[in-house]
Amino acid sequence: MIVADRKPLAEILSFVASCRRILIVGCKGCVTVCNVGGQKEVEILAASLRMARRLAGDPLEIGEALLERQCDPEYVAELRERVSSCDTVVSMACGVGPQFLAEAFPEQRVVPALNTTFFGGAVRHGVWEERCAGCGHCVLERFDGLCPIARCSKNLLNGPCGGSANGVCEVHPDTVCIWDRIVRRKTARGRLADLKAIVPPKDWRPAGHGGPRRRVREDLTRTS
Amino acid sequence: MTDAFEPRILAYCCRYCAYAAADLAGSMRLAYPPNVRIVQVPCTGRIDALFLLRAIEAGADGVYVAGCLEGECHFLEGNLRARKRVDFVKGVLGEIGLEPERVEMFNLSSAMGPRFAEIARDMTERIRRLGPSPLRTDDASGETALGRCA
Repeated sequence: MIVADRKPLAEILSFVASCRRILIVGCKGCVTVCNVGGQKEVEILAASLRMARRLAGDPLEIGEALLERQCDPEYVAELRERVSSCDTVVSMACGVGPQFLAEAFPEQRVVPALNTTFFGGAVRHGVWEERCAGCGHCVLERFDGLCPIARCSKNLLNGPCGGSANGVCEVHPDTVCIWDRIVRRKTARGRLADLKAIVPPKDWRPAGHGGPRRRVREDLTRTS
Repeated sequence: MTDAFEPRILAYCCRYCAYAAADLAGSMRLAYPPNVRIVQVPCTGRIDALFLLRAIEAGADGVYVAGCLEGECHFLEGNLRARKRVDFVKGVLGEIGLEPERVEMFNLSSAMGPRFAEIARDMTERIRRLGPSPLRTDDASGETALGRCA
């Protein structure tokens, strides 16, 4: 899933400082699963903003909405009437959401309430970790299911580097050296020899270095 | 005005401990301030951050959660979760400019009737010192809004 953090309340308040009426839009996709932009988080943000503005003597009227997904125009279109009656739309989706909202309602001001951080998963309740960097050409088959692109601080394909000590990366004591893990896993499975092969330099064009990416599946596109 | 200030406090009480302790306090004829309105919950693990925020938004001067002693939760760790949620709400109050002390978590057992009364007194005193919540409305609408939280 796409993982995000909520922006500090002060920053969101600054986005809506001149507004009288706003609409907060949550998303039932990834940000609901990582507990940052679903129904409950929309209600918490709405209550916080309402109270902060009442305390400032400048009440703010807040509408709340939750879309199946903000990354599909069909769902975004459901908001048309509600959007037209507010000064600003606050999106609680990943960075895709505010853009799809702004595209669907070009006359409307749309602001983000989240900072989108990474593609990852929940390793335990309340803890999410990065697992994928969306590099466009998956190499997990080489590394027994451990991704050095997303999980090595240097994205090394031929590791580990000299900054690995006792299984920990020199960048941060909480960061596992994924190359240490790769070597240990390969050793345990009797496949250490796999690492003798030098992995050639990666083509980073599919990773976005060749410009914004686009995917077309012809069999799904409409003919008319 | 402040002299006549009577705090409106909501207390979310676990049925296995604090609510039973309130019952015991009553049986023991212990006096505690009438400012505290008790809401029974099946476990403080049922407490959601939104319960506390809605109560504050509705104009409660203070809100507290009273659960079992740590390690004694009937559902193992409901009270530990409640404490984290109370801490979260304290953070939100700090962000919006309200005193985090208006929200608190307490732990007690069902045998602690006098402690229940003491908590009610302490919390009422604390809120009396802090003064009325700036979000409080003293008309009927404020009373109705707060009533909905109970």
